[in-house]
Amino acid sequence: MMIQKSFHLFRSICKKWKKCHLVMPSCSFTKIGCFHHDLVKWSSARYFHHNQRWQAETPRSHSTSLHRFPFAMVTEHDIDFFEKLLPRQAITDPDVLESYNVDWLKSVKGSSKLLLRPQTTEEISHILRYCNERNLAVCPQGGNTGLVGGSVPVFDEIILSTSLMNKVLSFDTVSGVLVCQAGCVLEDLNSFVEENGFAMPLDLGAKGSCQIGGNVSTNAGGLRLLRYGSLRGTVLGLEVVLANGKVLNLLSSLRKDNTGYDVKQLFIGSEGTLGVITAVSILCPCKPKAVNVAFLGCSTIQQLLQTFRCCKGMLGEILSAFEFLDSACMQLLQNHLKLTNPITESPFYILIETSGSNANHDEEKLHNFLQHAMNTALITDGTMAKEDSKIKALWMLRERITEALLHDGYTYKYDISVPVEHIYQAVQDMRVQLRDQAKSVVGYGHLGDGNLHLNITSPFYDSALHSLIEPFIYEWTAKHHGSISAEHGLGLKKRNYIHYSKPAEAVYIMSHLKNMLDPKKILNPYKTLPDYIS
Amino acid sequence: MSARVLVGVKRVIDYAVKIRVKPDKTGVVTDGVKHSMNPFCEIAIEEAVRLKEKKLIKEVIAVSCGPQQSQETIRTALAMGADRGIHVDVSGKDYENLGPLQVSKILAALAKKEDVRLIILGKQGTFASQVDFQEDSLKVEREIDGGLETIKIKMPAVVTADLRLNEPRYATLPNIMKAKKKKIDTVKPSDLGVDLSSQLEVLSVEEPSQRQAGVKVETVEDLIKKLRDSGRI
Repeated sequence: MMIQKSFHLFRSICKKWKKCHLVMPSCSFTKIGCFHHDLVKWSSARYFHHNQRWQAETPRSHSTSLHRFPFAMVTEHDIDFFEKLLPRQAITDPDVLESYNVDWLKSVKGSSKLLLRPQTTEEISHILRYCNERNLAVCPQGGNTGLVGGSVPVFDEIILSTSLMNKVLSFDTVSGVLVCQAGCVLEDLNSFVEENGFAMPLDLGAKGSCQIGGNVSTNAGGLRLLRYGSLRGTVLGLEVVLANGKVLNLLSSLRKDNTGYDVKQLFIGSEGTLGVITAVSILCPCKPKAVNVAFLGCSTIQQLLQTFRCCKGMLGEILSAFEFLDSACMQLLQNHLKLTNPITESPFYILIETSGSNANHDEEKLHNFLQHAMNTALITDGTMAKEDSKIKALWMLRERITEALLHDGYTYKYDISVPVEHIYQAVQDMRVQLRDQAKSVVGYGHLGDGNLHLNITSPFYDSALHSLIEPFIYEWTAKHHGSISAEHGLGLKKRNYIHYSKPAEAVYIMSHLKNMLDPKKILNPYKTLPDYIS
Repeated sequence: MSARVLVGVKRVIDYAVKIRVKPDKTGVVTDGVKHSMNPFCEIAIEEAVRLKEKKLIKEVIAVSCGPQQSQETIRTALAMGADRGIHVDVSGKDYENLGPLQVSKILAALAKKEDVRLIILGKQGTFASQVDFQEDSLKVEREIDGGLETIKIKMPAVVTADLRLNEPRYATLPNIMKAKKKKIDTVKPSDLGVDLSSQLEVLSVEEPSQRQAGVKVETVEDLIKKLRDSGRI
């Protein structure tokens, strides 16, 4: 009864909105949110009030002329089918759905009425076959930690969560190959393989919540890419369910296999738009016996880059991470999270991590490098740690910046990769562009990979500020032949900027692949590929 | 002030590491496990170094009792600002049996030998949260169950450090390099005239029993039935 009521309400709101959209073509996503306000108030208003700040208005860029594709609506008959297929895991309770409908940044919100939590690949196969026949849109969701709005529905897409698919299928203690379901949480996998002396080849700040399926479908980068490479190299095999329900078993554990085109590479980084990843086979490196972390201060960008060059030369084979942050980041960490700066104030800070098999060798190499860096005045101050507790404390200074930014206000996040010598230029040029309009403009990131996380904050969402930032940042990146999304992906927020980093011919091929693998476009619609494709 | 301060620093299993009991139940696994300075000893060192920076004392001596690796812990103390270190070499069976009684005898002997006015240790006895150095005595504020208590004590004295006493500094690179050159003396317990024989014998070491999972019941009748079944009523 309630469900029928809600659907009527929902349909009438959609009709109202559609009308509204025709009258105001530049209707932004949150204007839609305003109509959903009725729905939200009826379902549960608590989250909305708590996050009123971020909800002020979602940027125009997310959804200029975004309208719901003519998918079918979920009916009672559909719900019956899913309830039979997944006893107790076909959820329509609006309180539960709240958190699944919103992204981690609380910047985009969907209005899905149905959440499915399958436990096996077969169940996912049945679900997708049914949805394909019925023309129902599906939003695959892992840990929901993505930063580009790609993991939550835009309208009423059915949320397909892999959270219950968290079993390890096998682990070979000789080769280090781990085979597991897509819903395994990264941190749990790391603890599991650690017991056998191995480590996961990737590490990110979101490791406590992100799932391996999501990591693979977004080709997540992270803090250890410098050492272990990207998922495109470490993933040996995948099991994927296609849009029509067919199960594609490419789950090999072979290190080398040159038999035909490498189809699994299509799904890595496809952000759930070409297929739903259900199992992953990944190669794990040995857990390093000796880990050291040094936290250093530099006074200029030139010194920062020189230190990097010197570091690669003297520590090359044991270097496992080279991150940087600026003094603005340190301010945020001190103000919002009360973390202490372990060294004297500097314009730039570097975090270096070494991982090796012999503690004495590594310490000696690190000491030599640090002495050289100090004697040649490349660095102004620093500290180092080899104890677990101190290492964790130093890493927090880099890993918790995102959290500190959330406390600072509404955050405009940009993740670009450019040739490493220009890495900080973007921050400096942005500061000139914005003058005093923004509250904070900070830069930090994976210096070793040439990847800058440029973040700007303002007390509330400010569309004037937003228009100063975009498309300036994208044009700047294109001018330096960089990528407008180094590791975060395109999702909802950046789908229409793909042309800044990829030529038209490439986007054309992408749209053909999409048509071939998902002709009805039911998999994660409105994401990754630009609107003009559809 | 020409006083000397002795600070005890202990090399322990790093607090971020998961402790495992040895299969033969004679102790915990220490081989290959990350060790570091006891965090409370860090606080003690920090307090001593601050007193020296305020020019209230002349010299900070860091002491550690244990095997060769204890010297690393002393180096960390030196990097934080201690002037010199003393390593009391105790290894093997003697180290396993080293208890509070033996350590206190060692520290007392050292304090006499080095003419020390104040010994600062990591928390175990009185919980000092603020220390004020005066001419001949010490004003110590400590946390007790009912609140805060301020006492005045004559020196020589022993003070133990609580969490809120200070926040230990990170050892910066210049200091780490300098510490390499600072002196660490090695002495044997017998040199100090201390007998290490222990009155205690460890019978077995076990993990605390696992917490039993709770059971949720739907109705009051269920609850009563469950209580009866488990013999509680």
